[in-house]
Amino acid sequence: MTVGLFIPCYIDQFYPGTAIATLQLLEKLGVTVVYPPKQTCCGQPMANSGYEHLTTGCNELFIDNFSDFDYIVSPSGSCILHIKDHLHSEGRENEAVQIRHKVYELTEFLTDILKVEQLDAAFPHKVGLHQSCHGQRGLKLSQMTELVAAPFSKPLQLLNMVKGLELIPLSRQDECCGFGGTFCVAEEAVSVKMGVDRVADHLEHGAEFITGADMSCLMHMEGILKRQGSRVKVLHIAEILNSSAQ
Amino acid sequence: MSTTSTKDHAELAGQFNADEKRVDWHDETLWWIRQKRDKAVNQLPEWELLRETASKIKEHGLSNLSNYLEEFEANAQANGITVHWAADAKEHNEIVHGIIKKHGVNRMVKSKSMLTEECHLNEYLTENGIEVVDSDLGERIVQLAKEPPSHIVLPCIHKKKEEIGDLFHEHLGTPAGVSDPQVLTETARQHLREVFLTRKIALTGVNFAVAETGEFVVCTNEGNADMGAHLSEVHIASMGIEKIIPKREHLGVFLRLLTRSATGQPITTYSSHYKKPRPGQEMHIVIVDNGRSVQLGRKDFRNSLKCIRCGACMNTCPVYRRSGGHSYHNAVSGPIGSILAPNLDMEKYADLPFASTLCGSCSNVCPVKIDIHDQLYKWRQVIVKAGYTTKAKTAGMKMMQWTLSSPGIYHAAGKAGRMVMKYAPFAVNNALNPWYKQRDMPKPPVESFDDWYKKNRGNK
Ligand code: SF4
Repeated sequence: MTVGLFIPCYIDQFYPGTAIATLQLLEKLGVTVVYPPKQTCCGQPMANSGYEHLTTGCNELFIDNFSDFDYIVSPSGSCILHIKDHLHSEGRENEAVQIRHKVYELTEFLTDILKVEQLDAAFPHKVGLHQSCHGQRGLKLSQMTELVAAPFSKPLQLLNMVKGLELIPLSRQDECCGFGGTFCVAEEAVSVKMGVDRVADHLEHGAEFITGADMSCLMHMEGILKRQGSRVKVLHIAEILNSSAQ
Repeated sequence: MSTTSTKDHAELAGQFNADEKRVDWHDETLWWIRQKRDKAVNQLPEWELLRETASKIKEHGLSNLSNYLEEFEANAQANGITVHWAADAKEHNEIVHGIIKKHGVNRMVKSKSMLTEECHLNEYLTENGIEVVDSDLGERIVQLAKEPPSHIVLPCIHKKKEEIGDLFHEHLGTPAGVSDPQVLTETARQHLREVFLTRKIALTGVNFAVAETGEFVVCTNEGNADMGAHLSEVHIASMGIEKIIPKREHLGVFLRLLTRSATGQPITTYSSHYKKPRPGQEMHIVIVDNGRSVQLGRKDFRNSLKCIRCGACMNTCPVYRRSGGHSYHNAVSGPIGSILAPNLDMEKYADLPFASTLCGSCSNVCPVKIDIHDQLYKWRQVIVKAGYTTKAKTAGMKMMQWTLSSPGIYHAAGKAGRMVMKYAPFAVNNALNPWYKQRDMPKPPVESFDDWYKKNRGNK
């Protein structure tokens, strides 16, 4: 099985640790991983701003880079959701459709395709799990509190395999952090207030780390934590799952 | 975002956020209602099936709307109700005014109707010398405050009880400083009782209009629609064309969904059926289009007409809870308002579909399963293509497109100062980076993943 690793632009540029952890974790689990060097971005920042018509270049590039793989995996629920919902190509729609069916967010790839049941990871800390909306409500990584349906959570299933990790409860299990792409600047006041409230929920419950499957939300919360001078850190779930047990 | 000079959502929300304590209070109050809703719906194992059923009934109704409307009209007429058709808000207001004039009166009592808010009926009638008293307590409060409602189910949810006490002191003569809800409610009750007894004409909204029987159902918790209608000589009911349901038996589905979604109650206190005027009474129904048939013709947005105005999407919306209903500058606020309003005036409401993180919670609570957040996304595309966006934003997006479409330029841009920071998503439409106002920037690492990969795995 060969997996194409898709690293979204902002992870490539700001959070290489997340990308490295994703790569190493997949390799540890016996997967052959290839990182196509010519990748840039899924096009979501433009599409969510109303400029989906400008994403043709990104789409074609994505198809060039990834159509040959068995699976495409990325440590970002939001980007994967965008590809799943909006990757199209005038000349190569067939390939686009295939890609839409073989892209996976990291945690769902681990639970649903690799069917991981144990991990050799340890992280002896109090951790709060942020459910990023696009992963949760879009990709259905976890059950949603609005629905009357049986609970499940793919990220949680994995975190439970990590030795020493203590998961803290939250008052609001799946409230949005307010990042929202360009929303974070276009609606600065509300975006920040949402982030402040989300962070406060984690802090009140004693989190030392806030983790999640989407670095963009974590980046937003990190910005708030740092401004508050907090010692609490954000860490992508890949880095926790990849942390070695000693 | 909007090219008009009126204030947009972001600006109004910014003002609302100047008082953080108030934002917290607003957020917590509405979240409490969302929790009551959760509790109520979790008592029904068939909840998701109910939602699906309601959605399908509405879908069928919308697909056969003209037939059901005609069936409803014929049955209502046979029951002795006069049916009027209004193409838009103006016609609606003129029809209502015409009925009032015909009876030679200059005042009317009105129960809650979001349609009349949408049509700005109160302003129109006031300009024409007709006094309107809103009889829903929340509506009466915002009416006294000369404000529009901020929520479709809880019109004065933005007001604290002390502020209501001040309003009642000024307008209804309660002692200064009294804010005990019981005292205020009793005062309102006495005040409204006099209104109910003296107004000859009562206007109500319509929650459901049953095609099969020609009857309509009005849901209130205060019984104020009933008080007004039963004591009146003339009952006018205003309804949008989408309020039609085919059969009476379908009410069982909608009445179970409506108030559980709205407030967590199993059913509204009063779900009153009006079928024919009592002897000596006149009953009118005004059926209003006002843009609805245009929306029905928009493939991506027609589903929005399924809305039963429960307000659940507002209560759950993390943006609404922290920006307040007035920031949507439209009669219907929140997520549903944001997908209805652009249909009425795309330029004026160009900002609303952007007042969302697309988190999707609204679509999940919606009892008729409207794909609200997907429609917000789709409206963004429509609005940008129609040109209701700023030149700066378009320029920024084009720059981003250019950078991201070419791996060479992208990686060069990354080296030259972290491309993401330059174009996406922070600095797109702002000269001064609003990210930094209340948030620190991520620290650029020594090397990007791409650099690391080349170094560590390059020879593979
Ligand atoms: S869109 Fe759905 S949730 Fe929102 S008010 Fe209408 S019916 Fe209720």
